[in-house]
Amino acid sequence: MKLIKAAAALLIGLATGVLTAPAALASGGGDHPYFRVDTGNLAGLQRGARDFMSYCAGCHSLKYLRYNRMAADLGLSEEQLKANLMFTSDKPGDTIATAMPNESADWFGAQPPDLSLTARARGPEWVSDYLQSFYLDPSRPLGVNNTVLPGASMPHVLWELQGFQAKVEHAAAADGHGAKKFELVQKGKLSEEEYKKFVADLTNFLVYAAEPARNKRISTGWNVLIFLFILFPIVYLLKKEYWKDIH
Amino acid sequence: MGIVANPYKTTGFMGWIDDRFPATKMWRDHLSEYYAPKNFNFWYYFGSLALLVLVNQLVTGIVLTMHYKPGAETAFDSVEYIMRDVEWGWLIRYMHSTGASAFFIVVFLHMYRGLLYGSYQKPRELIWIFGSLIFLVLMAEAFCGYVLPWGNMSYWGAQVIINLFGTIPVIGPDMVVWIQGDYSPADATLNRLFSLHVIALPFVLVGLVLAHIIALHEVGSNNPDGVEIKKYKDANGIPLDGIPFHPYYTVKDIVGVVVFLMIFCALIFWAPDGGGYFLEKPNFIPASNISTPEHITPAWYFGSFYAILRATPPLFGSALPGVIAMFGAVLVIFFVPWLDRSPVKSIRYRGPYYKIALALFTLAFIALSYYGMQPPSDFGTLISRIGMAVYFAFFLLMPIYTKLDSYKTVPERVTHEAH
Repeated sequence: MKLIKAAAALLIGLATGVLTAPAALASGGGDHPYFRVDTGNLAGLQRGARDFMSYCAGCHSLKYLRYNRMAADLGLSEEQLKANLMFTSDKPGDTIATAMPNESADWFGAQPPDLSLTARARGPEWVSDYLQSFYLDPSRPLGVNNTVLPGASMPHVLWELQGFQAKVEHAAAADGHGAKKFELVQKGKLSEEEYKKFVADLTNFLVYAAEPARNKRISTGWNVLIFLFILFPIVYLLKKEYWKDIH
Repeated sequence: MGIVANPYKTTGFMGWIDDRFPATKMWRDHLSEYYAPKNFNFWYYFGSLALLVLVNQLVTGIVLTMHYKPGAETAFDSVEYIMRDVEWGWLIRYMHSTGASAFFIVVFLHMYRGLLYGSYQKPRELIWIFGSLIFLVLMAEAFCGYVLPWGNMSYWGAQVIINLFGTIPVIGPDMVVWIQGDYSPADATLNRLFSLHVIALPFVLVGLVLAHIIALHEVGSNNPDGVEIKKYKDANGIPLDGIPFHPYYTVKDIVGVVVFLMIFCALIFWAPDGGGYFLEKPNFIPASNISTPEHITPAWYFGSFYAILRATPPLFGSALPGVIAMFGAVLVIFFVPWLDRSPVKSIRYRGPYYKIALALFTLAFIALSYYGMQPPSDFGTLISRIGMAVYFAFFLLMPIYTKLDSYKTVPERVTHEAH
């Protein structure tokens, strides 16, 4: 009996462990000391939204996200939205489109993809890494390549901020991590530290854009779990009360 | 003629009903006077939990169907519409997607309980058959549902699974086109899988669940000691070791429900992707017939069967043996009541052979489930082949090792400590 109970506990432990470990790993990310998913930080999300609209929205749409939904979630009024985040003739109820025409595929070799779900399809760490992994590569048509997505057709749009970096050959140490992969060859407006924060804000914004209900989901979860923890002793005592005459 | 209207002679409103419909009779037969053994343990929660998850899937499914738009051009967008624009749509969708995984966890543990305590043995063979059918239909239902978001994994998963029929000699290739309604998974495929998912299969599933429960209540529940409580009855014909399902097991199962909900809700609210196992990353990219996901993996609950499919060596370049092995792995479950020659039901009174066999089977099933989700590798194939051999040996050698096994004396009455 005790053995079976132990086996059951082990099975369930294994099941939940196996299922949640990758999630924990994905959000922990020892590889990404500067980046932690945090969509609860509204100021960070607002900065990310501003930066997205300034640097990304010219080419990339967020076709599933509405302007006014974003404003409401980010704690912005419609006036603030219109003044700071809307540069097109769109209405606040519209989704975030791009001015990019269809011919853009001819310009870059591929049409800039919609980024609504990229943070979920690729993972937030991927987005963060991608934005930090452009390097000079004369063999490419636009002079840059990306270690995360080799052969990417996207130019290094953020060069003004980050500057240009070169790939350091043979830098991948045996353990891979920690070794410097890039070397800054042309300084940008931001320091290395500032650029990392910039990327973190942008990534967090894309995590938000991929799941606008994320914050509500997490906070609702607390209410539900607290309710269940209060309910548990009540139903347990009810069961005990009924079962006390079973011998 | 054997039916006596209103056998309990109720009066008033209930009397009016009972003269016309056996409401009181059903309440008593299935709840307040259905006598269940008093020694149910942890493993006996999963039946009621499976019912709870079924109801969850039906209710959330109905709401999702109100907003989901089947069709290759509309499906993906409508799922995002549910996630973003439908009030609480994200919650309904996560309850449904996490519910699918929860369904399999609960059903696996429920079936495992049957193996532990011999719940399929005479006179409960039909309960087991209905249960096995439920499992089969549940797998079909889950597959159809998996395709509906029309993400890239949906698409390629559909491609792989439907093409299994293509391995059938002669008629296979034509059959694939017939099933898909096109030369590759397309709009027609999605619409027919939607129809099966929301109408045909749920009907069959609910019908089978009713048959499963009616058969159970006809013969009575087994218990961890595997003794028949109907052997010893009091003057009123009530089993001495039986207690009314309601209120005793209803209040007990509510405790199980609350604990289950704690885990279930924690996943829904804090890990709805399940680390990529409940909602796969490639499924956030719309279906595309030109870009294949890096690794096409089945949902985690199909991992074991998929591992068996992959581990079976092809014959004359055809994957037919793998397909046969995979379906055989499901079909063999149906025969357990006749494969087991044990004179006792419960593992408590079985000898070492069965205990070792079940332990090996458990490990094999976990290993197969794991390697079925990994990209193919030589080591994975080796482990899968060993796991597959153990899986089939557990069932096919059962008549031999259960016959040779030693057994302990089964008590006359159930063992139960009051708590």
